[in-house]
Amino acid sequence: MATEVERKTDIGPPHFEQFLHPLMKENYGKWKYHETLEPGVLAHTGDAGTLYSVRCASPRLASTNFIRTMTGLADKYADGYLRFTSRNNVEFLLADKDNIEPLKKDLADLNIPVGGTNNAISNVVHTQGWVHCHSSATDASGLVKAVMDELTDYFTSEKLPARIRLAVACCLNMCGAVHASDIAILGVHRTPPVIDNASLPNLCEIPTTVASCPNNAIKPTSIEGKTTVTVDEDKCMYCGNCYTVCPAMPLADPLNDGVSIWVGGKISNARSEPMFTKLAIPYLPNNPPRWPEAVDAVKNIVEVYAANAKPFERMGEWIERIGWPKFFDLTGIEFTKYHLDDFRFAGTTYRRSTHNRY
Amino acid sequence: MADDLKIPLLEELEKGPWPSFVSDIKSMADKSEVAADLLRQLEKSYEDKRGYWKHGGLVGVLGYGGGVIGRYSALPEEFPGVSHFHTVRVNQPSGWVYTSKALNEIMDIWDEHGSGLTNMHGSTGDMVLLGTNTDELEPTFQALTQKGWDLGGSGSDMRTPSCCIGPARCEWACYDTMDLCYNLTQEYQDELHRPMFNYKFKIKMSGCPNDCVASQARSDMAIIGIWKDEIQIDKDAYAAYMKDGFNIKDLVVDMCPTGCITADENDIEIDDSNCVKCMHCIARLPKALAPGKERGATISLGAKAPIVEGALIAQNIIPFMEMEKPYEELHDLIERIWEFWDDHGKARERIGEFIERVSLATFLENTGLDPLPQMVQEPRDNPYIFYEEYYAEEDEEAASDE
Repeated sequence: MATEVERKTDIGPPHFEQFLHPLMKENYGKWKYHETLEPGVLAHTGDAGTLYSVRCASPRLASTNFIRTMTGLADKYADGYLRFTSRNNVEFLLADKDNIEPLKKDLADLNIPVGGTNNAISNVVHTQGWVHCHSSATDASGLVKAVMDELTDYFTSEKLPARIRLAVACCLNMCGAVHASDIAILGVHRTPPVIDNASLPNLCEIPTTVASCPNNAIKPTSIEGKTTVTVDEDKCMYCGNCYTVCPAMPLADPLNDGVSIWVGGKISNARSEPMFTKLAIPYLPNNPPRWPEAVDAVKNIVEVYAANAKPFERMGEWIERIGWPKFFDLTGIEFTKYHLDDFRFAGTTYRRSTHNRY
Repeated sequence: MADDLKIPLLEELEKGPWPSFVSDIKSMADKSEVAADLLRQLEKSYEDKRGYWKHGGLVGVLGYGGGVIGRYSALPEEFPGVSHFHTVRVNQPSGWVYTSKALNEIMDIWDEHGSGLTNMHGSTGDMVLLGTNTDELEPTFQALTQKGWDLGGSGSDMRTPSCCIGPARCEWACYDTMDLCYNLTQEYQDELHRPMFNYKFKIKMSGCPNDCVASQARSDMAIIGIWKDEIQIDKDAYAAYMKDGFNIKDLVVDMCPTGCITADENDIEIDDSNCVKCMHCIARLPKALAPGKERGATISLGAKAPIVEGALIAQNIIPFMEMEKPYEELHDLIERIWEFWDDHGKARERIGEFIERVSLATFLENTGLDPLPQMVQEPRDNPYIFYEEYYAEEDEEAASDE
């Protein structure tokens, strides 16, 4: 078949060099310093000259239309060079400083905010939610849109004490790895899967279903002569792995699914070591399309932090300085039994001193 | 087709200043029945407060075990456009750099073979082409490879490595993250495309301790740029900051975690022997301070999300390794780690959980690494030591010890 092209495999990604702006090639490994000209506009300087990066938000769930709009702007202002950041922002890479303002104007006309640099709330790292995931306890794109509509002002400015990294994961599988974010919204299931004993024997392979549970909570059983499974409810962590292999074990529970709010994690090594996020609010209801309870909770935490933290003090560093009792006091968040850890390293979280502030 | 698109709840999310994914998907709904049905099913999720997706079955391209995530609507009769809604993960270039020409080519492929919806990018780093049916997978793959693109990882394989922009646009990069990311991805194509591990293995590379790709939270192996010698100081640039009234005491001296900076409006001195390379002072004074010249990387293992035994942040395993081509020392380390994990790890056991189960000491012994005080926050505080060396009474060596 002469017309058929050769099937290629294992070629790996294209080499990045072909996508580098000429200034990035010339200054490669030889950059001297960078400056922030204004929120969302960075200038990196090396011997070969200065490269201007204009950063804007994206919905992350982006259509080919959106991407073509971005590439069109890159062609118009950035010689066709653009990149994405680790937090789903788009960056246009400009050699000509005079192109910054016209590019910003075009972005403004498209209602795409410019910002996300330094002491801002950058774009939100998030998961798929109801758009694409089988185990999600909430939607991610909708939550992000609802939250950021209220916080866009913090994206386009740098008025916070330090950066806030926001993340959303729609169940505790945490594809978004939200466990080291300043503020994280985590979807939670609160009830074990419901077993459809009538259809399970026909739909699911029992050994695979039993093996799917990371916590050995699923055991084979026999009901009216048919083999099915039971779930040890004390062991179930609501991860959805069993539903992945067995559609007769749906986990979604509209009555009980919702979101939890976590605070104080960080990844960078700046000043303090990386920190885990800790539980702030164990449960808020799923209330689409705008999740007002979750939005209000996040906004409240951001505002209390902004009013009280010192310059360049991250959320977790601020809380460490003032103490958790004061955090709950200032934010008005109720401390409950769910805040007390009861998993593997629970003991490491108990206070063992008289260091209380009164 | 889009005329009968009744999605009042979702349309609420077209309002407000943040870019709307609903408006964006709607812009595709006229030409893509997949996009239209995705919105219809999502509207039902918003009404009912639950998702309607099923996992199920293995789908993929010939000869690969990873790179495609199978997804099916739980309501295929109601929403036939998304009855299949598989995801294709495309291995991104190092640092997520593109030309508009290259991106447009991928968009052309995706308009022809899929929903026209993407994630730029997925959590691991891949470009995510969101939603197509089983029959389109192989044609999509072939069209991508003809343009020089390949699939990323999924399942129990080495996941697509990712890195920060590094030396391509950052003066703080302590090694060439872009090159190393490309190198590891190419070196381990088989491990990337054909799942044969106990579970996933993610590698992320950051050029400095700011860790812009969150490697310490999100990767089984975090390779973070670091330096060993003195922070470079440009005294003239420092003087210029002071002249501009920079508050050196509040913003730098008092915030240094080890108190190793002595500075006033005239001069700055750093006790580098006590500096933990946290980057705070360099970030505040980017024109005056820079990482040292003796550069390499620190390597940590074991970060992961909660499933199964709880979330972990990566633990330091190599305080300093030079990162120069052809990276033989690193390849050797990676392969030793994989071999021990492969032989002794359990199914679904990430490397961080594996190390906790077999103990760090056992892990080090079997991967040829020496125990170092840099590996722990502090030595153990319990006396339950399993001594492996002790003398019997008749040993001559014991007698000679006295």
